[in-house]
Amino acid sequence: MTGRLARILINSFGTILLPGLTVTIPLTILSFGFALIIAVTVALVQFAHVPVLEKLARLYIWIIRGTPVLVQLFVVFYGLPGVGILIEPFPAAVLVFSINEGAYCAETIRAALESVPRGQLEAGQCVGMSYLQIIRRIILPQALRTAFPTLASSLIAMVKDTSLAANITVTEMFMTTQRIVARTYEPLALYIEVGLVYLLFCTVLTRLQAWGEKKLNQHGAQRS
Amino acid sequence: MLQVRNLKKSFGTLKVLKGVDLDVNKGDVVAILGSSGSGKTTMLRCLNFLERADAGTMLFDEKQLELHSASRADINALRRRTGFVFQNYNLFANKTALQNVTEGLIIARKMPRAQAEEIGRSALVEVGMEDRADSYPSQLSGGQQQRVAIARAIAADPEIIYFDEPTSALDPELTGEVLAVMRKLAQEGRTMLVVTHEMDFARHAANRVIFMDGGVIVEQNNAETFFTNPAQPRTQEFLQNYKQRSLL
Repeated sequence: MTGRLARILINSFGTILLPGLTVTIPLTILSFGFALIIAVTVALVQFAHVPVLEKLARLYIWIIRGTPVLVQLFVVFYGLPGVGILIEPFPAAVLVFSINEGAYCAETIRAALESVPRGQLEAGQCVGMSYLQIIRRIILPQALRTAFPTLASSLIAMVKDTSLAANITVTEMFMTTQRIVARTYEPLALYIEVGLVYLLFCTVLTRLQAWGEKKLNQHGAQRS
Repeated sequence: MLQVRNLKKSFGTLKVLKGVDLDVNKGDVVAILGSSGSGKTTMLRCLNFLERADAGTMLFDEKQLELHSASRADINALRRRTGFVFQNYNLFANKTALQNVTEGLIIARKMPRAQAEEIGRSALVEVGMEDRADSYPSQLSGGQQQRVAIARAIAADPEIIYFDEPTSALDPELTGEVLAVMRKLAQEGRTMLVVTHEMDFARHAANRVIFMDGGVIVEQNNAETFFTNPAQPRTQEFLQNYKQRSLL
């Protein structure tokens, strides 16, 4: 490796990592947080068969899962200004990733809710608990435990998907790297470098997932 | 204290209960026998509104309820005065044995935690599970889970306890420990309505036996007469089956 290339890689590392810490990670955490709120709501509406809302939930999932997230980003950022709705790049990215991920996580959580044996709902009713009390204290905690590994996978996927936000001018890690490549003409080394930073982030998350699963299993409660 | 008249229930075109009348007095231990599909479990589930009956009335402690149209509030009030034990235990998998017992007291009845735990522990003592108060259901055997489920059902001191084939999911060894607990409850004078295939329990722990077939009550009598001198041919045939398998 030439001295010049080594210098470029070393100097660019901090430049790439910084937007990773200040943009990629906040974008992921905010979007995933909102996505989970959407997902639990949409999943519960379906689980409880709430009239009308249940239909709306299916419509939402159908549309969002059936269209590319890149298209969704473009619709919101480049399309909505046409009808007078202007959203800054970062909030636009949070909005799209939340809504997009929410649809996928809703399906994960709905499946997990339905995997909790129905008898526990009846047992709750028989000790006088209300439907909402049973959902909140008995069904949902078990469902989230079941859904945890799949949700963790979704989170890891999302870290990488945030690179698509470069397309709507969010200066995250990938766009920063593109700019350095344009200046230095070292695409192979620099794109591998940014890839390694993504790998680093995802490795941390994978470790957290393993730790989380162990923690959840300590509290017993595998179902019989 | 419990009086049911003309209980009817269909699933689609299948008539499961064709007008059942039932009377239970305070302190009664009533065993409900019958082959699979006779409607005995459905009847029990209708009495606690786990299934919604198509017709029928219930008089529970002077309170009259229409079985097909009772309000949510009435149903909840009724459930708070009854206990239900399921065939598959249905313990809350994310709660310990003690929490399973106290959950309904704390959440549904708004009882202070300390008081609920005191009641919960004594209920666990009653079923011999006090040592496993902090175990999760997945760490307990089937018989132990069912004993915790019984503790959950008796914690709120219900006026009647419904048992839906409480030992059918257990092997013979574990069946014994659950039946022992039920016998003890019966001797304490609790009012119990027990759907079961355990002939020995029906004969010796119950004071009254009801035999169901095809969605109706075919015969009912005190336990001794029922087993030694059954009146109806269908009952005789049913008991004969058990005798041949020397289960009686």
